Amino acid sequence: MKALHNYIEEKIKPSFEEGGKLHKYWPVYDGFYTFLFVPAHPVESGAHVRDGIDLKRTMNTVIMALIPALLFGMWNVGYQHYNAIGEDAGFWMQFGFGAWKVLPIVIVSYAAGLGAEFLFCVIKGHQINEGYLVSGMLIPLIMPVDIPLWMVAVSAIFAVVIGKEVFGGTGMNIFNPALIARAFAFFAYPTYMSGDKVWINTAGGAVDGFSGATILGELATSGTTHYSPLEAFIGMIPGSIGETSVIAILIGAGLLIFTGIGSWKIMLSGLVGGATMGIIFNLVAPYAITPSQQAFMAVPFWQQLIFGGFAFGVVFMATDPVSGSQTETGKWIYGFLIGFLAIMIRVFNPAYPEGVMLAILFMNTMAPLIDHYVVEANIKKRQKRLALKTASA
Amino acid sequence: MQDLLNIFVKSIFIDNMIFAYFLGMCSYLAVSKKVSTALGLGAAVIFVLTITVPANYLLQNYVLSEGALTWISPEFAEVDLSFLSFILFIAVIASMVQLVEMTVEKYAPALYGALGIFLPLIAVNCAILGGSLFMQERNYASISEATVFGLGSGIGWLLAIVAIAAIREKIQYSNVPAPLKGLGITFIITGLMGIAFMSFLGIKL
Repeated sequence: MKALHNYIEEKIKPSFEEGGKLHKYWPVYDGFYTFLFVPAHPVESGAHVRDGIDLKRTMNTVIMALIPALLFGMWNVGYQHYNAIGEDAGFWMQFGFGAWKVLPIVIVSYAAGLGAEFLFCVIKGHQINEGYLVSGMLIPLIMPVDIPLWMVAVSAIFAVVIGKEVFGGTGMNIFNPALIARAFAFFAYPTYMSGDKVWINTAGGAVDGFSGATILGELATSGTTHYSPLEAFIGMIPGSIGETSVIAILIGAGLLIFTGIGSWKIMLSGLVGGATMGIIFNLVAPYAITPSQQAFMAVPFWQQLIFGGFAFGVVFMATDPVSGSQTETGKWIYGFLIGFLAIMIRVFNPAYPEGVMLAILFMNTMAPLIDHYVVEANIKKRQKRLALKTASA
Repeated sequence: MQDLLNIFVKSIFIDNMIFAYFLGMCSYLAVSKKVSTALGLGAAVIFVLTITVPANYLLQNYVLSEGALTWISPEFAEVDLSFLSFILFIAVIASMVQLVEMTVEKYAPALYGALGIFLPLIAVNCAILGGSLFMQERNYASISEATVFGLGSGIGWLLAIVAIAAIREKIQYSNVPAPLKGLGITFIITGLMGIAFMSFLGIKL
């Protein structure tokens, strides 16, 4: 490590410093350097240190929380593939096939997104932030496995540029960039993002009677599904790469809550909101118009919570500290409405079998408004208290 | 009753004036810098829409459309005055806006000052005329349906302008690139909000 440090200090750093010929690319150098070593530059404004946590550690924790979902997703891609083509395969073969399919998506997402981000940092001359590390990991996890790589790249660049950099970079965006990427891909290339062909890789020919529809796809068309709730909980179902396994997501959720990085208030209220809508649907199911919708509404409310991307969205997307609600009271309202709307869109809207993505995007638009009124209410409450105090004094 | 509720929800979310039709953009973009002002303009739009849509509904059904004048005398069964609808709708809208303007000036002078030229400009707000023309096009069955549609469209417009005002208050602290400051970033946000509102598109009520 020492030798590497000396080498960087002596050979590489000078050309990036003031006057060096690569000085324009200082942010790129700085970004990579601080991965390896603690930066030596001093704090520029008043520091109030309570903990050594910084943006890098926050982001790394989220990535660690995503690892279980990623690993499970890799295995599941292979498992679904060999199931679909009717071949027996061992665990490592399944995992290897999945890794072969998933890793390129991850790499493309990082390369395209970080490329766009580096370009902006160099042009604008600000430091590279670590925000994209999480978005770059989230984007592959919410894509179907068969998506062409160039679409991943285009979506990632769109998310970085329009979703984040035009607002001024990490921490200033209004919408969750990973969701912007998915929404972009969804509306731009619908045939690659929905339907029953894209969720499982069937290279080599599928067996007869094979159906690649997701649980929610099946429910939306017929009102029934041939997967059991247990399979959905473990995650041996078709779906976006990282969203299938509720267990893997719960491990990540545990890490996020334990380290205090994800807001447990948003997760809990999201669950409550989803359950509330589910229960309402259970109660009104007999009045539904079509039989398939009736069956969909009658799905027990706790199953709604483990199907599709609900758990993934509520744990990893809704808790984004930048685009979500920032007041503590606001978080309860924000989370609740996400859960509520997600289940509502999923059942009501035939155009989108998965409602979580749009529910969170919708609440991203509403979060500043919620915060505004929470703060207003607080100001009013304190003014009243002050008036009481001065009146009694 | 259920029909009324459907029209109400539909006009707020699914057929949102801003995000589904992009109507009334000028005041939406110009008066959305502060939540309180946006709220005031939104309330004025709700008021005007709720009054003008049913008023124009009566006009449409008893004066303008073909055979509407038969209540005077059966001889008028052939008369079709719908070519006058634009002029008459606008006349109704303009007089209502005048009423709102006088009320606001009397009772909320601060808001009157903040809204400035955009209060009288509600008269030419496309969302208002759009409301009346949609009413004409969709053939609502009764005046209560038309009223609920007007009210819902107004609320949808208020929701949109208040939401973007809150976002614009928040991004005051963002380091937006200089060329995009102000209206540029607002257009981008509006587009992204439109994507979020697509969640309701296609819901059948």
